[in-house]
Amino acid sequence: MKYLTEYRDASVVNQYLNELHKINTKPWTIMEICGGQTHSLVKNGIIGLLPKNITMVHGPGCPVCVTPLHLIDKAVYLAEERNVILCSYGDMLRVPGSKKSLLEAKANGADVRILYSPLEAVTLAKQNPEKEVVFFAVGFETTAPANALSVLHAKRERIKNYSVLTSHVLVPPAIEALVNDENNVVQGFLAAGHVCTIMGIGEYSPLVEKNKLPIVITGFEPVDLLQGILMLIKQLEKGEYKLENQYSRVVKPEGNTEAIKVIQQVFKVCNREWRGIGEIPMSGYEIRKELQGYDANVKFDIQIDKVNESAECIAGEILRGIKKPNQCPQFGKKCTPINPIGAPMVSSEGACAAYYHFSKVDVMA
Amino acid sequence: MKENIQMQLSCPMPKFDFTTINLGHGSGGVLTHNLLNSGVFNILQNDLLNQKHDGAVFELQGQLAFSTDSYVVNPLFFPGGNIGELAINGTVNDLAMCGAMAKYLSLSFIIEEGLPIDTFWQILNSIKECCTKANVQVVTGDTKVVEKGKGDKIFINTSGIGVIHPKANIKLTNIMDADVVIVSGNIAEHGIAIMSKRTGLEFETDIVSDTTNLNFTIQKLLDQFGEDIHFLRDATRGGLASVLNEIAKDGNYGVDIMQIDIPVNEQVNGACEMLGLDPLYVANEGIFIAVVKKEIANEVIHFLQQDENGKNAKVFGNITQQHLGQVILQSSIGGKRIVNMLPGEQLPRIC
Repeated sequence: MKYLTEYRDASVVNQYLNELHKINTKPWTIMEICGGQTHSLVKNGIIGLLPKNITMVHGPGCPVCVTPLHLIDKAVYLAEERNVILCSYGDMLRVPGSKKSLLEAKANGADVRILYSPLEAVTLAKQNPEKEVVFFAVGFETTAPANALSVLHAKRERIKNYSVLTSHVLVPPAIEALVNDENNVVQGFLAAGHVCTIMGIGEYSPLVEKNKLPIVITGFEPVDLLQGILMLIKQLEKGEYKLENQYSRVVKPEGNTEAIKVIQQVFKVCNREWRGIGEIPMSGYEIRKELQGYDANVKFDIQIDKVNESAECIAGEILRGIKKPNQCPQFGKKCTPINPIGAPMVSSEGACAAYYHFSKVDVMA
Repeated sequence: MKENIQMQLSCPMPKFDFTTINLGHGSGGVLTHNLLNSGVFNILQNDLLNQKHDGAVFELQGQLAFSTDSYVVNPLFFPGGNIGELAINGTVNDLAMCGAMAKYLSLSFIIEEGLPIDTFWQILNSIKECCTKANVQVVTGDTKVVEKGKGDKIFINTSGIGVIHPKANIKLTNIMDADVVIVSGNIAEHGIAIMSKRTGLEFETDIVSDTTNLNFTIQKLLDQFGEDIHFLRDATRGGLASVLNEIAKDGNYGVDIMQIDIPVNEQVNGACEMLGLDPLYVANEGIFIAVVKKEIANEVIHFLQQDENGKNAKVFGNITQQHLGQVILQSSIGGKRIVNMLPGEQLPRIC
């Protein structure tokens, strides 16, 4: 497949691996931010091919994993108690809320639908004028433009029975929070290529300078990841800290300016709670006041008791790279994809799920 | 991939005095008789069915296999087939995987009231065509109608009896160390064809379902290689990965597979990338896995490639005494990972 097979080329991968083995002299701990990158690393067996000195820890870039428990409870409440058509990306459905997941709510008769695009939810609203349609808008900067567009589209079409339950989170504040954590072990980051495709690279230079932190914006295919790791390790070995762009075939420095405009029209930056991590200042999006009619939080005035996470789940430590999934005492025992205690075990981008599904025993050792 | 053939109705629809099926058609009374006598019996007729007994009475020689399956596919019609074709081919193939040639089938419908009669007629015609192609007869059956909302248009159950090939000895326990694992063709086409028509997911593609009867292919394979074919299974629901895990876990073998050797059509691969699905877990309806003696691997591949159902057959793995109970895939870049059972339905990812 054009633009895909060439980035899964074993000979190029081996070339990068050889170079990596040659230049690596010291132990380094690096983090890939995005859950898609985590899965690609594990699914392609890349971690087992790296020099033993290089430890990959897995970041918080799994939108489903960091969506707060009470927001899932809100979505379940809306679907079950307020008789809405609750639409979501497929990933979100299995994630446990405090009492149940959206998939369980669906099995109990709630109208929960899996969509690929929020624009389909607007169409659903148009087709079902007697029902309220809510889109559970989860994700990083990548899904924000489409979610914002759905609001603008609904407004233009004068569709009043559509709203969005937002749980948008942002990457740069998360990196800032991670490096300032007293337990931080991460010495360099692979930033998420698709996030930068939207937002550009401008937000990352201050992070690099302020924290003397090497960051390489990286893609998702094996060749991308190995090249990104090589670029990062080269910097670390030389004692440098720079912002580099491995994913330059897609990421432009200014990002996608049209998409950014749409985001800014609909959302404003706000403090946001991350599941397992806590509140990070200015790390999320909420719907602007002038578009509040499309904000499900405002429209439905949902009163939900906040419930604490299970004490057995160490997702917070895993999402901050302090621990690896298989270091959790519950991993693969009490916590499995069928009976997950925490979100990272269930999302297709979650680090725990990646380890559970794909890791060979010797890779996890 | 099969060519996308427009469905030809081989039997013209009789004149029914109703356009949709209602609860009365499942009551056992006059309406049921009207439906069966003016349609079902005529189209599927054979000596045993024509007797209209409570069950079919017949003799069969030799060792027998017996299998059953239910079909609830949504949508009913999809590129390359429909629920009726699946219902016949599915049970014929389950019997084939036991080493049996299907002889007789039972056929039961659970119909949700409101099903248009012409939809039912189209499904019946497909059933008839598939029976003819697979040389199998429907000899008994049942029709029930449930209230609107209590079903999903139509569900079908088929059970079948088949006669085991004299040279067949297909058992999980016959698998030996170093046996090779063969897949009969390109995987994941049925699942992607279905998904391309699901509400909310529609996308343009030429991919069609691979549904077909495999009984003649398997019979020829057994004629030729007999007991050296150690194990057969069709990779339907749960895809290739689920069959491999069943072999590894139920038989306590290790299974090594090579990603690079798994045949996947480029369009299917593209659709899987777009939808965030792993083709290893996507359903097939005309693809089987054979575990065979290492020494005959090349001959089996050559043999299968001459058959219409095995043109893209490939060796893609082997049995090992290492990592018992686990399937390990070597990725196209040389890394290794586990291939596990799917915990639930594959759900599309966020980004």
